[in-house]
Amino acid sequence: MKLELQEIRLRLHAMELQLNCTIEGKITAVFGATGSGKTSLLEIIAGLRKPEYGKILLDGKVLQDASTKTFVPARKRRVGYVPQDYAIFPHKTVCENITYGKTLSQNTPVSIKDLCITLEITHLLSRRPNTLSGGEKQRVAFARALAAAPEILLLDEPLSSLDHALKQRITPYIMLIRDEFKIPIVYVTHSSEEVMALCDQAIILQDGKIRAHGKPEDLFVKSDFALYLPKMS
Amino acid sequence: MTSFSSGDWWTIGFSLWTAACSTLIILPFGIATAWLLARKNWMGKSLTETLVTLPLVMPPVATGLILLELFGKHGLLGSFIHRTFGTEIVFTWRAVVLAMSVMAFPLMVRGARTAFETVNPRLEQVASTLGASDLRIFFTITLPLSFRGVLAGIVLSFARALGEFGATILVAGNIPYKTTTLSISIYNDIQLGRDNHAYMLLLVAAVFAFCALGASEWFSRCKQS
Repeated sequence: MKLELQEIRLRLHAMELQLNCTIEGKITAVFGATGSGKTSLLEIIAGLRKPEYGKILLDGKVLQDASTKTFVPARKRRVGYVPQDYAIFPHKTVCENITYGKTLSQNTPVSIKDLCITLEITHLLSRRPNTLSGGEKQRVAFARALAAAPEILLLDEPLSSLDHALKQRITPYIMLIRDEFKIPIVYVTHSSEEVMALCDQAIILQDGKIRAHGKPEDLFVKSDFALYLPKMS
Repeated sequence: MTSFSSGDWWTIGFSLWTAACSTLIILPFGIATAWLLARKNWMGKSLTETLVTLPLVMPPVATGLILLELFGKHGLLGSFIHRTFGTEIVFTWRAVVLAMSVMAFPLMVRGARTAFETVNPRLEQVASTLGASDLRIFFTITLPLSFRGVLAGIVLSFARALGEFGATILVAGNIPYKTTTLSISIYNDIQLGRDNHAYMLLLVAAVFAFCALGASEWFSRCKQS
């Protein structure tokens, strides 16, 4: 999988997001302080925000090209998106949540049953979202996104609202998604520990611009990480 | 002791029927307008908002006059409808429904818009990344999550239609067994010095208004499932 962001520009409230990069890793971290444009980057890839300039290609397929006014809407992109608050549909059961996208997508390679077994949520299927714990909601959100057979998965700070114990429980599931479902992940975080533990590529965003792009060990160990620290939350 | 005559029962029934008709007619337009205002941005959105709210703040008689000019036999729309369908609008039951619709429309839009705005847009965004169209998202996410608020708006607009007077009297007049509504009948009774009869009809109107407002409050206060 190769995701290309070419000369993307989008004016946000206090800054202009400027992106020019190629994402090819299994798990690519988008690392940066609060307000650096991480979530906006995911929204652009997902088709939830329309950049004023630039081009986005997924495996050579044009998702957005401002010069030709091409814009593939979110529903046709096959990009899975798990937001920070999980956005579980509160009026639907876990099962209805998971099958929401599945019923719309064709040729889904994984069955809902396998997905639920892998993510250990089979026993939750008849439950309502308001009865789930944070970790359970997280896994349901993963399952829902994966059930729609995405070509790429976008995770927006998936561990940020979880306590240490839950983080340790959820991390293997992210690795499982990477290894078992073989779906490339773009992983937004402001934790360097998560980048080092999970990701094989990292993009460092600062004030809407890409400051560095490379392997996590090169960025955080070999280079002067302190450069990025002052503005990190 | 005054009691209800067959004419009174007809007036009450006619008022309920025309109010229900107007509510049903404006329902799809009101919901669509509310959704657009809550979720979309376009050039001239402020102008649309102002136009939608206008009947709420303009004197009802002024709105009635505009409708009379537009839908009269020689009016822009009235003459077109007459030529095309051979139907007249003013001083018929259709004029009552028309006046009620125009006056109740802003309340429906405001109620539904507020309800739609309470739905977390992130849920709709996620649904779209799962492959759902705008229409599917509306019927499976937005509407179920805002249903009670939308219902409150519908009931409130029904109550407004039921109590409509100023625009109705101008565009539909007061023709017994043809266009007389509850509000017009009360006005008529006061004009003719039949105060006791007017108070009886007033009680009916107050009960309807109380029930509608109570229902609207209950719907909007009830926790969404």
